[in-house]
Amino acid sequence: MAAEAVAAQQGITERALDLANQARELSDAIAGLGQEASRLTAEAGASVAAHGTSPLVVGLTVFVLAVFVGYHVVWRVTPALHSPLMGVTNAISSVIVVGALIAAGSGGSSFSEAMGFLAVTLASVNIFGGFLVTHRMLSMFKKKKK
Amino acid sequence: MSHDFAALLYLVASICFIMALRGLSHPESSQGGLRFGMAGMALAVLTTLFVLPEINWVLIVGGVLIGGAIGTFIALRIQMTALPQLVAAFHSLVGLAAVFVAAAAFTNPSAYGIGMPGDIKLNSLVEMSLGTAIGAITFTGSIVAFAKLQGLVSGRPVVFPMQHWLNLALGLLMILLIVWLCATESAAAFWLILLVALVFGVLIIIPIGGADMPVVISMLNSYSGWAACGIGFTLENSLLIVTGALVGSSGAILSYIMCKGMNRSFISVILGGFGGESAGGAGAGDGTDKVWRAGSAEDAAFLMKNADKVVIVPGYGMAVAQAQHALREMADLLKEAGVTVSYAIHPVAGRMPGHMNVLLAEANVPYDEVFEMDEINSEFADTDVAFVIGANDVTNPAAKTDKSSPIYGMPVLDVEKARNVLFVKRSMATGYAGVDNPLFYMDQTMMLLADAKKMAEDIVKALKAS
Repeated sequence: MAAEAVAAQQGITERALDLANQARELSDAIAGLGQEASRLTAEAGASVAAHGTSPLVVGLTVFVLAVFVGYHVVWRVTPALHSPLMGVTNAISSVIVVGALIAAGSGGSSFSEAMGFLAVTLASVNIFGGFLVTHRMLSMFKKKKK
Repeated sequence: MSHDFAALLYLVASICFIMALRGLSHPESSQGGLRFGMAGMALAVLTTLFVLPEINWVLIVGGVLIGGAIGTFIALRIQMTALPQLVAAFHSLVGLAAVFVAAAAFTNPSAYGIGMPGDIKLNSLVEMSLGTAIGAITFTGSIVAFAKLQGLVSGRPVVFPMQHWLNLALGLLMILLIVWLCATESAAAFWLILLVALVFGVLIIIPIGGADMPVVISMLNSYSGWAACGIGFTLENSLLIVTGALVGSSGAILSYIMCKGMNRSFISVILGGFGGESAGGAGAGDGTDKVWRAGSAEDAAFLMKNADKVVIVPGYGMAVAQAQHALREMADLLKEAGVTVSYAIHPVAGRMPGHMNVLLAEANVPYDEVFEMDEINSEFADTDVAFVIGANDVTNPAAKTDKSSPIYGMPVLDVEKARNVLFVKRSMATGYAGVDNPLFYMDQTMMLLADAKKMAEDIVKALKAS
């Protein structure tokens, strides 16, 4: 009687273990599926974000509009200030530092960190140098003394 | 900070940059515009730092301190005559920084949210390879332009047989490599694109001669913007896209203005070979037996002091001789004597757009005495003395009349319409484009053969003595 009970208990324990294992496998599989799904949604989200517009098209819209703004603003720049214009555009094109900061702070691979550090350094040369030299140029432009 | 909020702050930074360009429509509003630009940049950097999940402060602060110190040092030390090579050097840095960012994004894409290593989104790959290629071309192209402007290598165009075919082949190779990268995401393809683009950058700038440098600098300015744009598309960052587009279109417009100032098509500038010895033979030989009139500093002083209206036409030769301060002193003395003095600037005077205006401003010439070619050309007819110093080709009347002249069709200053022309020149040699100038042999022209600075100083002395 006691032996039977023990055997039955062992059987139950084994079944429980089996079940637990199966459950773990299932959860792993679900987790895997979940990862796959999230990757897919990320991809899908990338291509069909808000109201089915992909970031590429949004970016393109922004780009074309910015080219138009640039075209009209730059034609209004007086020819006398074309050198400072190059100084300013040179300084603001260093806004690429935004991408460099992400790389330098990412904590990913040491290679991308090194790239980030170099890019931050180069862009800083440009930001400080570009704005300062433009400031120097502009402060020379003076009106006639009356 | 949420990403939406960060995107809004980036939008504010974009507006600041637009305001910075807008300020340049007038010297008075320009300083305010510049402050907008600086504020925009600070906002962009701070926003990015707030959004980052983890920050390696040592690398970031270290990079900013080192780079900032170098930039500040250079900007405070640079001579205004060396401005073109400084701008070229700065462009090369933007190009290289774009390459570094693209390389970081390629090897560590998850940090930018564009996929996993070996599984980067297709359009990110396209944009990334474009950003890398344009960045690398900007980098090496600007280095060649810098070396030419700094005089480290000859300004003469470097041409060799099959050059354009080689460039075309490299361009096609680059496109094939980009296709390869997008299809397989092979790291080898990425580095090969970089390598080919670096070589391509050198090859497209070496055939362009020194005379076309204003176009080259504007063109590289434009490229650095498009490179930033490419990176902006990769990172899906609208601030980078907007800024890149602003810079890109600005450079393109400046290139167009410079091309128009020389009556050259953009394509012919790119193909290169102009300026220096290739054009040297044309018309240079027949100038030897023509009659010209030489004058002294005293003659010039007498002539100008008794004039009502003097127009000074400065060129790059004035800047090389550092004559602008002596020139301004001369103009001051003339103004004291009741003479109206103004300055006429050709669009391509100097080695970069607007260079001459900066050089005159540095010598304390008020900007409202300085006029662009279109504004002042009609006034030469009632000008008593046109004083040409360090300029040559931009005053050449042959550009209007002689169809065989290499510079035919180039817009020039109508100096020959003035009652008297004083032409300061070191010798009777030809100008930068190697073309003879009929202005030298006209009746109203008096040649002042001397170094520009020495002549200006001598005229100042003569004016003070009389």
